[in-house]
Amino acid sequence: MLTSRIIPCLDTDAGRVVKGVRFQALRDCGDPAELAARYQQQGADELVVLDVSATVQGRGHRLDTIRAIRATLGIPLCVGGGVRCADDAAALLEAGADKVAVNSAAVAAPDLLTAMAARFGSQAVVLAIDARACEGHYVVHTHAGRTGTPRDAVAWAREGGERGAGEILLTSMDRDGTGDGYELPLLAAARAATSVPVIASGGARTTEHLAAALRAGADAVLVASMLHDGRTTVAELKRQLSASDLAIRP
Amino acid sequence: MNDLTVVPTGVANLASVRAAFARLGCALVAARQPQDVADAAAVLLPGVGHFGEARAALDARGLAAPLRQRLRDGRATLGICLGMQLCCEGSDEAPQTPGLGAVPGRVTRFPSAVRCPQMGWNDVACAGDTTLLEPGHAYFANSFRLCEPPAGWAVATAEHGGTYVAALERGAVLLCQFHPELSAGYGEALLRRWLQRAAAEVAC
Repeated sequence: MLTSRIIPCLDTDAGRVVKGVRFQALRDCGDPAELAARYQQQGADELVVLDVSATVQGRGHRLDTIRAIRATLGIPLCVGGGVRCADDAAALLEAGADKVAVNSAAVAAPDLLTAMAARFGSQAVVLAIDARACEGHYVVHTHAGRTGTPRDAVAWAREGGERGAGEILLTSMDRDGTGDGYELPLLAAARAATSVPVIASGGARTTEHLAAALRAGADAVLVASMLHDGRTTVAELKRQLSASDLAIRP
Repeated sequence: MNDLTVVPTGVANLASVRAAFARLGCALVAARQPQDVADAAAVLLPGVGHFGEARAALDARGLAAPLRQRLRDGRATLGICLGMQLCCEGSDEAPQTPGLGAVPGRVTRFPSAVRCPQMGWNDVACAGDTTLLEPGHAYFANSFRLCEPPAGWAVATAEHGGTYVAALERGAVLLCQFHPELSAGYGEALLRRWLQRAAAEVAC
């Protein structure tokens, strides 16, 4: 049967891995290619690389970073940040991405998801949603969390799947970097709203957090701070999760 | 085996498979004409795109006939994901478009009860008559699959909304629904075995 995926996430800025708390106070966490190789070695099921300053600075992704990672990486690679059009996505795929995550540009022009799916296949299109709780629902944010929109995150997840996204990367801005655990109600609502896979993101610190997200309906869990800080390894997380009833690749 | 001849299918993204073979000391060279496919020591039919468009790309260059002949003769050929599906008789993804017909059976969509596309690592099981394929976890990214194990092929299977064909082998032909180039150590070992089989075929 299909196993639940553990996906390390490398947020990058100027060619370095960074991590903050609630998208703020970024600190340096190392070289992207080195960390990518380390996490693959530890048993990562996939890798996500997000250029967190590309959209804000109005530039494309650093392709040299992606090429360096791809040279050694033998697991799937999803890349996001600064994707403005299908040609930007094509450049990332050419550099070594297997999937391209798009956020701000898809909110501005939802047809982009359809165009990307027609050109590259749904399996290569990931809709990244940054969601913040607001008066009983979740609101979509763009431009690395700096810009609020009127969109409801759960409705947007549903629409994204219908428009051709093959996967939803769902980040809780409220939980990002806090270690307070994933935003479970958001995950459950998104799970009920779409048939495409949902990746939980934001807030993981313990194995229990990961297990809770997977039980809430996530198909995969994104982890960043807990790995970058050296508090645990992918192998250790998988060992602990395998002891439960969850299906995990050894 | 230094060079692997790639059959161009239009939109396939080759970066990952190129990197995987580079790690095994093998470069990808594009087939330009039918003779390239017929003459090649080993051929790759890659992985991503739309069934109808990929078939049209083969026909535009006259590559379907030499490819079908290689598959029939069991010569070193690797089909990945869509590349495997193209070897079947047809697909619901493009109902009017015939496949190469080297593998009996039609490709259909996963049932609506399971997550689609299937994205992730699934458990591959082997019936026992495989010589290249081994049990293990492989990475899949697909909405369509072949359900019925075809006669005349050694078969590996996986489960997602029922049993489906994860991979097929016959002689030096290896057809994978999963992506060996993205399947970490499991995939790398499989690609190495296939390259060794291809090299042994050339030496004969």
